[in-house]
Amino acid sequence: MGKVGIIGVGQSAFVRGYPGSIRELAFEGFKDAMQDVGIPTKDIDASIICSAPEYDKQRSPAGVFAEYLGLVPQPTCYLESLCSSSSMGLRFAYSLVKSGLHDVVAVIGFQKMSEISSAESQERMGRGADIQWESPFGTMMPAYYAMYARGHMEQYGTTLEDLALIRVKAATYGQINEKAVYRRPVTFEMFSDPESPMSNPVANPLRVGDCCANADGSSCIIVANEEKAKAFSKKPVWILGLGAASTTVNLAGRDLFSGLTVAQQAGEEAYKMAGITAKDIDVAEVHDCFTIAEMMAYENLGFAKPGEGKELIKAKETYKEGSIPVNVDGGLLSKGHPIGATGGSQIRTVVLQLRGEAGEMQVKDPEIGLVHNIGGVGLYGNVSILGR
Amino acid sequence: MGKKKKEVDDRFKRFGTVSFTSITKINDFIDYLDQGKIMGTRCKECGLFFFPPRADCYNCLSSDMEWVEVSGTGKLVTYSKLEFAPIGFGDDLPYAIALLDYGDYKMFGRIAGDVPEDEIHAGMEMTARVNTLPNGQLNYVFHKA
Repeated sequence: MGKVGIIGVGQSAFVRGYPGSIRELAFEGFKDAMQDVGIPTKDIDASIICSAPEYDKQRSPAGVFAEYLGLVPQPTCYLESLCSSSSMGLRFAYSLVKSGLHDVVAVIGFQKMSEISSAESQERMGRGADIQWESPFGTMMPAYYAMYARGHMEQYGTTLEDLALIRVKAATYGQINEKAVYRRPVTFEMFSDPESPMSNPVANPLRVGDCCANADGSSCIIVANEEKAKAFSKKPVWILGLGAASTTVNLAGRDLFSGLTVAQQAGEEAYKMAGITAKDIDVAEVHDCFTIAEMMAYENLGFAKPGEGKELIKAKETYKEGSIPVNVDGGLLSKGHPIGATGGSQIRTVVLQLRGEAGEMQVKDPEIGLVHNIGGVGLYGNVSILGR
Repeated sequence: MGKKKKEVDDRFKRFGTVSFTSITKINDFIDYLDQGKIMGTRCKECGLFFFPPRADCYNCLSSDMEWVEVSGTGKLVTYSKLEFAPIGFGDDLPYAIALLDYGDYKMFGRIAGDVPEDEIHAGMEMTARVNTLPNGQLNYVFHKA
């Protein structure tokens, strides 16, 4: 069996309060990907629709989107793994294509979070954890990740200043990403300025500046077998390695609080499948829903030894010009995090980088890229390795 | 002649500030909380102990469980004090969620409101006690041991 390639990538702008319905939002990412690959819709053999449920009223969005996007009568289905839904979509698209069941599959991720209030959204997000044994205590995502931040600080002496450096990097690139929701500069000084919203506590030790913003958005990745990929695309990007893992939903079942086991496990699997190591990665997109999440990703993926992630960011090694550029599109911290669309957006960034089409954000001549996408509180982990 | 309404055992709706579950096979957990006891379950087939309690054992697939009281002290693993709360929890602010390690199992809960913030640190010995919330709901909170 041949290789599996990505032949088209697209995303909507990530925004607050998208002025349209979810099917219209999905159309934007889909159109962007279809214009990227330049094939007619009839050449798509199946679609996988990815999001986290309960942000909008539509049940089973797959059928609605397939109709609106002109993807009927081809098969379609809905797939979710919270914030890593569209990376999981890529994994399933790969298996559909690799098995020979389909030639070309569209993975469409979306989320319209603005249909509900921010407090309601926090409650929904919190219910992506254990609703029987944790949610009744009043949990929310920033507080869960704050528990990991404290764990990392206790274990390795990581500081709030180290975390602030990650947000400053994100904002450096968010300013030049026209699809990002947050495009203003963020300085290190803002984190110690009580007048700046960045310094406001959310769930200690995390502050507003450590958290990504909710956003509305959609993304689309077109996956094809080797023959179709070569026929349809001048610059196909190949899927070299895929890893995925889960862990206990209740934190009480876990032992590690200074890293995410799902990221370690998915990373190891993906490296093994691709036959490479962390040293071979030229550009990476990691799931920085919070600054601490990017710090842990450096270590869980092997870019740094455990506890040494802070040295990478202090030395600016994860900037565009550094030895391992990470999130040079602004990451979730600047782009915003429309749950189901996020993985697709990360994949899009890495594909554009490998094609040399990332514009101002372009890293010098990357050959292999990595996407790290986490669902829930380190509950689901997907790592995808792509190459030219 | 109306049909007799079937009685629903929804005791679990009393767990926590807002419970998102009302019907579960381990509803007796709530009765034990009423008695001031925090209970886990042990599989009578293979002996595996569970906290939080479960009705079913994933190890041997048995559903023959017995209740066992959780006692002693645990070490604080990590925690976070919330300045914002999800909808339905605003009146509880500020509060800290936390994880306690009892060695063989861990417990997710809250730190008692009267533990001074500057005395909270990872590794400290704490003990979980049943707590009645202002709205009459039940949970458990961690006190200094």
